Amino acid sequence: MLADDMACNARNPKPATVFSHKNMELNVYGDDVEVDYRSYEVTVENFLRVLTGRVPPSTPRSKRLLSDDRSNILIYMTGHGGNGFLKFQDSEEITNIELADAFEQMWQKRRYNELLFIIDTCQGASMYERFYSPNIMALASSQVGEDSLSHQPDPAIGVHLMDRYTFYVLEFLEEINPASQTNMNDLFQVCPKSLCVSTPGHRTDLFQRDPKHVLITDFFGSVRKVEITAETISLQRDPQAVESRYSSQLLHG
Amino acid sequence: MGLLSDPVRRRAIARFILRLNTPLCVLSYVAGIAWFLALVFPPLTQRTYMSENAMGSTMVEEQFVGGDRARNFARDFAAHRRKSGSLPVAWLERSMRSVGLEVYTQSFYRKLPFPDETHERYMVSGTNVYGILRAPRAASTESLVLTVPCGPDSTNSQAVGLLLALAAHFRGQIYWAKDIIFLVTEHDLLGTEAWLEAYHDINVTGIQSSPLQGRAGAIQAAVALELSSDVVTSLDVTVEGLNGQLPNLDLLNLFQTFCQKGGLLCTLQGKLQPQDWTSLEGPLQGLQTLLLMVLRQASGRPHGPHGLFLRYRVEALTLRGINSFRQYKYDLVAVGKALEGMFRKLNHLLERLHQSFFFYLLPALSRFVSIGLYMPAAGFLLLVLGLKISSTLILSTHLWPASNPFNSNPIQCLVGVLDLVHALELWMQLHEAGGNPEEAGKAPGPGSPPLAPQGVGLASLMAPLLISQAMGLALYVLPVLGQHIAAQHFPVAEAEAVVLTLLAIYVAGLALPHNTHRVVSSQVPDRGWMALKLVALIYLALQLGCIALTNFSLGFLLAATMVPAAALTKPHGPRPLYAALLVVTSPAVTLLGSLFLWRELQEVPLSLAEGWQLFLTALAQGVLEHYTYGALLFPILALGLYPCWLLFWNVLFWK
Repeated sequence: MLADDMACNARNPKPATVFSHKNMELNVYGDDVEVDYRSYEVTVENFLRVLTGRVPPSTPRSKRLLSDDRSNILIYMTGHGGNGFLKFQDSEEITNIELADAFEQMWQKRRYNELLFIIDTCQGASMYERFYSPNIMALASSQVGEDSLSHQPDPAIGVHLMDRYTFYVLEFLEEINPASQTNMNDLFQVCPKSLCVSTPGHRTDLFQRDPKHVLITDFFGSVRKVEITAETISLQRDPQAVESRYSSQLLHG
Repeated sequence: MGLLSDPVRRRAIARFILRLNTPLCVLSYVAGIAWFLALVFPPLTQRTYMSENAMGSTMVEEQFVGGDRARNFARDFAAHRRKSGSLPVAWLERSMRSVGLEVYTQSFYRKLPFPDETHERYMVSGTNVYGILRAPRAASTESLVLTVPCGPDSTNSQAVGLLLALAAHFRGQIYWAKDIIFLVTEHDLLGTEAWLEAYHDINVTGIQSSPLQGRAGAIQAAVALELSSDVVTSLDVTVEGLNGQLPNLDLLNLFQTFCQKGGLLCTLQGKLQPQDWTSLEGPLQGLQTLLLMVLRQASGRPHGPHGLFLRYRVEALTLRGINSFRQYKYDLVAVGKALEGMFRKLNHLLERLHQSFFFYLLPALSRFVSIGLYMPAAGFLLLVLGLKISSTLILSTHLWPASNPFNSNPIQCLVGVLDLVHALELWMQLHEAGGNPEEAGKAPGPGSPPLAPQGVGLASLMAPLLISQAMGLALYVLPVLGQHIAAQHFPVAEAEAVVLTLLAIYVAGLALPHNTHRVVSSQVPDRGWMALKLVALIYLALQLGCIALTNFSLGFLLAATMVPAAALTKPHGPRPLYAALLVVTSPAVTLLGSLFLWRELQEVPLSLAEGWQLFLTALAQGVLEHYTYGALLFPILALGLYPCWLLFWNVLFWK
């Protein structure tokens, strides 16, 4: 979900790109970015509907969260925020209580196995204070009472390109490949106060596993668990079973 | 009984107000002037800051390098201009087209009400040329304007050169989200007014102009540029516009940011910024700048093309490049970079400038006083009028008879049409009765005796009112209407005829009061002057209050001069002294005095003869600007304040 008004904005001198740094090394709005909800569709209501699955029947599959009780979900939120809220599009806010209740609905409907929540706003830690559903791990860029700061301006454009916490997390994640064994404890160390100016925080009490045993690739990179098995499984049909099924159907017609 | 209907208590309150009235008036006046002078000191004056988030702190690197190109364009423009004698329209069209803009022209014609001596023009016709740079990837919904006013000679050719070079540079960029209009106008502000009226499709000043062929979207901001030479030592910014309107303070903050970034020397009112605000020196310099701004704002003149843009709520500034005797000079590239930076930042705006102040005073380029902090100065001055009104009201009715006046004859007036005129009659009758207490005692019942002075009271009040207002109307209408007749009978030019007629009517008004209430010959009530003074005070308070709200500087200046004279005027006491005071504080003399003060503050003091010449020129310009741009100072003074002042003159010479 993006407001999506930056890359193709008439004021962008490098159209259709959003770089993380003025050296233009990494285009974060590249070919593999898929935006499902853009501009006016990004509302609190749509966000909560996507999370809880209460979308209208006509919603296409790309706009649904097709998760079940074995799915791990990553939620990353950024923007302007304050103590207990995050601003959506200059017109509304989502509160930490709404978010916590949405996650509880997801848990009760078995829509996630484990959930990683990362937030990069001012006073971001306030957003995860109210979570009460199991299997949620949360990271935030700043504590309550602190501001999250942006990284560097691009003088060619005239705006700051990226927030500090996001920049350093991105740098960290660029080195992760699908086979890496880096765990969550390393993610907690990203962007210490000397680099971020604000104090990042995290919350793991609701999570059942120990963070040092949780791989980054459990949430990032769409890495699926593949087990190689040496057994052969026969796929021959049992003709009797098929016929008995058909005859009972004919009886009950 | 209630507080106000108990006559004993009423008289006690009245006595209390009357006893404290004079000290309170004096205190209030002094407080008003002192508050104004204190505006330059730190808690009342604050540092400016950028309020608009979209134009925030991130600076953009400017890439303008077209200094040579600008100079070439300027040289060509000056040459073509000298050859053709007026604006070289064909050359401008060709150059703008070669730079890549969509070019359009507009012709206009205006016959001025009388010949303009300072600019030497009477029937003005000209052509404006403008080029539109369309935003490459946006719909043309918004636009910015860079305008260069061209006068009768080639004084602004460097600015035209810079405009063309900037247009060439801007054309090569892809990040514009608003259209940019590059406008070159002929005959200075007349051309700008013609263009603006045609752009917004209205006609307020009677200028005839051809409709615009090309438009670009709602104008968000405009910058006007005047450069006299290709190197400048400082950039002077002007903010005061027509009728004292000001642009949003954020635009000035934007300019100041780029001054600091480029290391340019920027001045306000031609004065440098004081560095030291803690000692007395900084605030004193700030006071000079503040007074200059007050005088400029009070005059209500446009002071540059930006002043005309402000009427359409387009934030605009005028930048003048000054070349004086300083060591460090900046070339066109530096000025061009500052303009490029400003336009890029304005390009980032998503909404109109609205976050910062629209009403402010500037003691320096980086300090401002907001309206909430300067308005009490005018408030204290108007409080003097309020106190005087209350005391005059009490004095004119304090001789109410002991019996409840509502039992006696005037009730039949009240039963009738209860409008203000009859209420005034009531007051007149009541102090008729008060002036002749034995008569009140003799005839308490309804009867005819008060009906006889009833007509006199009304007439003796309406006569000065009508005559003063008629004088004001004559002052407004006659000079321009009668210029040809005056020029025929006297050996003067039309412009001089207008000014001399103005002065003649003004002075003729002074001769009148000895005659106004001889119009009604029967007995004249003794305290009639109090009712007249009451009406005059209310009229003055209303006018000054309304003026102070829209143009604080004009309201404050007029209040500071007229309020003491108005409060003190009465027919008894040292009449020559009061007469002198009243004449010295009349609007015309205030204008003369402010001209001297203005030149004194600019450190170019005037001699008496020069001052008188400047005064006459200012009168002519004031009348002219009313007709050409819709400036309101002339009608306000002629139709509003001059009749009010005449009423006080009447009060002074009441017999």
